[in-house]
Amino acid sequence: MSNIGAPNRPPEAGAFFQRDRDWHPPAFTPGYKTSVLRSPRRALLSLNSTISEITGPVFGHDMLGELDDDMIVNFAKPGESAIGPRIMVYGRVLDERGIGVPGVLIEVWQANAGGRYRHKKESYLAPLDPNFGGCGRTISGDDGSYCFRTIQPGPYPWPNGPNDWRPAHIHFSVFGHGFGQRLITQMYFEGDPMIWKCPIVKTINDPQAIEQLTAALDMQATLPMDMRAYKFDIVLRGRRSTMFENRREGN
Amino acid sequence: MAQKLDRLKESPSQTAGPYVHIGLTPNFADIGGVYPDDLGAAMVGDKTKGERITVKMRVIDGAGTPLKDALIEIWQADAAGLYNSPAERRGAADPHFTGWGRRATDMVSGECVFETIKPGRVPFNDGRPMAPHLTVWIVARGINIGLHTRMYFGDEEAANAEDPVLARIEHKVRVPTLIAQRSGDTYVFDIQLQGDDETVFFDI
Ligand SMILES: [Fe+2]
Repeated sequence: MSNIGAPNRPPEAGAFFQRDRDWHPPAFTPGYKTSVLRSPRRALLSLNSTISEITGPVFGHDMLGELDDDMIVNFAKPGESAIGPRIMVYGRVLDERGIGVPGVLIEVWQANAGGRYRHKKESYLAPLDPNFGGCGRTISGDDGSYCFRTIQPGPYPWPNGPNDWRPAHIHFSVFGHGFGQRLITQMYFEGDPMIWKCPIVKTINDPQAIEQLTAALDMQATLPMDMRAYKFDIVLRGRRSTMFENRREGN
Repeated sequence: MAQKLDRLKESPSQTAGPYVHIGLTPNFADIGGVYPDDLGAAMVGDKTKGERITVKMRVIDGAGTPLKDALIEIWQADAAGLYNSPAERRGAADPHFTGWGRRATDMVSGECVFETIKPGRVPFNDGRPMAPHLTVWIVARGINIGLHTRMYFGDEEAANAEDPVLARIEHKVRVPTLIAQRSGDTYVFDIQLQGDDETVFFDI
């Protein structure tokens, strides 16, 4: 078990803040063609969180292998490493109240430096890197901080429009304390001109929301002669602190 | 001018894409040797309390085709109706049951199978018991933000009839979209993304 919440304070059990559905992409986004047949068309049923969404499983640091957070070497033969620009990605997991969230399971996956995924349904002509698998994971520390090492993925073409390319990106799955906080998103790289051309990026309407998914190059955190650093903070739904506190248990 | 609330915005969602398996079920995707097992693959063990059940799920698109690249996670209470979670304040859940499962849908059939136990009832926010249910979360290529829904059990008619969440569904004709029918020890739950039988999804 990792430490959840501050010491000497019971774990939080309040309902989550409602999601801002104008900040997230809508389900139906015809520019991203696959969404057309995969988007619910009826209104979502809005409800306050119940205990089924407020609760969630715990992921302990002891489940992590030593190389889980190092995609440069976690699939490589001994003594070898993945090809590509070496980077670290670091940041904090916060909630909407600005509070660091500890014990968050962060799982990442990405293409190799040539833009090729290691997947049986992937057929892009860029070659596989025999030393790159493309998956990594870590768990945030007591202040919500996390870090992993990887190579910068390449952009790749994909079947949507006749000439659509994904900007370089890393997929993130973020598992906070409640099942209602469950989130999957993508991280983009500062300065990439492909970001603003991408139909998947453009499912998000607000340019500021897109910037929230764009990691900043941080030369202060860069390891000289080794790897550059990108900072990527992640924000999960906040939770109300009063839901159970204001009423007696069992009411 | 009033004071600022200083709230942050939730990170916006992006689709899980077609290669979600690489990150979340790498062994299923034939990326061996990185993690010993795929997380959430085994929900029950010899010591888990409760009635063993099998749940078969599919996610079906607006053309009637099952998704072969979806990923489903479920979260549920134990047999006594307690969640194995720090936020569970009503008592200690079965230590041999995490309550959480994750499956990729099969790349040929589109089906995924959870071996689990039937959950007990847990209270709604006003204390009334909810009917036994699984909380279900679906991601896939073409789904821009993960979909939350629930699976209820077809052989729990009395509990389902008084469930406070099902009662909130205005069009009663849509309630059966959340109820899995039982055949032997197996429940079958088809999630319809669109159409006349579109599943009820939650903003919860
Ligand atoms: Fe991707």
